[in-house]
Amino acid sequence: MCLAVPGRVVEIREEDGTRMGKVDFGGVIKDVCLAYLPDLQEGEYTIVHVGFALQRLDEESARQSLELYRKLGALEEEFGDQWGLAAQQAGERRPPGTEWGAAQ
Amino acid sequence: MKYLDEFSDPELAKHLVGQIHATATKPWSMMEVCGGQTHTIVRHGIDQLLPDGVQMIHGPGCPVCVTPLEIIDKALEIASQPGVIFCSFGDMLRVPGSGRDLFRIKSEGGDVRVVYSPLDALRLAQENPDRQVVFFGIGFETTAPPNAMTVYQAKKLGIPNFSLLVSHVRVPPAIEAIMQSPDCRVQGFLAAGHVCSVMGTAEYPELADRYRVPIVVTGFEPLDILAGILRTVTQLERGEHVVENAYQRAVRDEGNPAAKAMLEDVFETTDRSWRGIGMIPRSGWRLSERYREWDAEYRFQVRDIATEESTICRSGEVLQGQIKPHECAAFGTLCTPRNPLGATMVSSEGACAAYYLYRRLQTPAAAGTGAVSSGD
Repeated sequence: MCLAVPGRVVEIREEDGTRMGKVDFGGVIKDVCLAYLPDLQEGEYTIVHVGFALQRLDEESARQSLELYRKLGALEEEFGDQWGLAAQQAGERRPPGTEWGAAQ
Repeated sequence: MKYLDEFSDPELAKHLVGQIHATATKPWSMMEVCGGQTHTIVRHGIDQLLPDGVQMIHGPGCPVCVTPLEIIDKALEIASQPGVIFCSFGDMLRVPGSGRDLFRIKSEGGDVRVVYSPLDALRLAQENPDRQVVFFGIGFETTAPPNAMTVYQAKKLGIPNFSLLVSHVRVPPAIEAIMQSPDCRVQGFLAAGHVCSVMGTAEYPELADRYRVPIVVTGFEPLDILAGILRTVTQLERGEHVVENAYQRAVRDEGNPAAKAMLEDVFETTDRSWRGIGMIPRSGWRLSERYREWDAEYRFQVRDIATEESTICRSGEVLQGQIKPHECAAFGTLCTPRNPLGATMVSSEGACAAYYLYRRLQTPAAAGTGAVSSGD
């Protein structure tokens, strides 16, 4: 959770009066709040933490970090099947209604 | 130096390690504050590449680990109530309260949901106007701005059925508490990079000066950490104690002004208990008076709860850098990721979990008892 992941802004929109956008994390695309970086532009890179863009990043650093995080499996931990991970860790069956991909 | 091949740029890693060896003439102890950095250090064996006597002390910067038991128990009580949708990040699911966890509550039919962002929880509240939606807002200065924005939005959009169970903590008061401890062995700090992405570096010069301790803002990647160690050792050898930014690609001195303004609007500082450590004055944030309506502790009246902490678990000493995880008798035996006694064994940013994952075969206490079982 402490991890913040770099990504590239691919879309910017306004939603309920708030600056929102889509950010591409090396293939995984997520909705991200851009309100804290009011002048961030499409195509720029940013560090995203729990769905919020917190700081700009240059492209080269972003690419290198993303590659490293992918290698370390950190992206899976950030975006992956959290109930599955917890169930595996607990050595128990996943709770009903938490099938990966279903609305949890 | 067998680990060096695993670095993203082995040549640069080798160079940095060589520089650290050439610079250090005395034993030095420095603390990495952030749990993400602890994970990187243990995973890559960075501490084992350092000169004899140069030591990394693991700090209290795992947000999951330091969330007080009382708040976990309040979360569990709220999550058990009918009509509640309780939302959390995934890494809180298995943090033990006094006897159970969120995973167990979900297994028993409670409506616990994992969200990626606090805004997802707010959306759930909009979609389920007849339910109470509660988001578990824990974390350091990096996580607080997203949660602050979510409560701000709840107020702005008039969403009455959303609330935040809040337990935010701040790094600078923790650094101060560590330096004031009579057992303190820390001579330098690697400050948490992403905390500084938000807050900037303005809070640190006074601390560096008052406690005569170098503070180097450091990133999370293996090479970042080696660079942070080199700068800290260089300062220590020269008798300096200033704030340096070794993570310039993500940290500006002023931090993120918009995020800081939102924090100021939505939160106010408060004394906060840290799990395993105890109360640190003014070390936390809570919702300010204007946002009290969205405070789950008020809404659900779960204000006084009797907690029961494990008497065997020594995670508090681990969090303060007083012992290493394997020096706890329960490590790898009574306490494993499958059956964690303390939160430091749960989160991947917890020092105990990191040692269990990457070091247990090297730690005599755990390896010798045959406790290393398969399947964990």
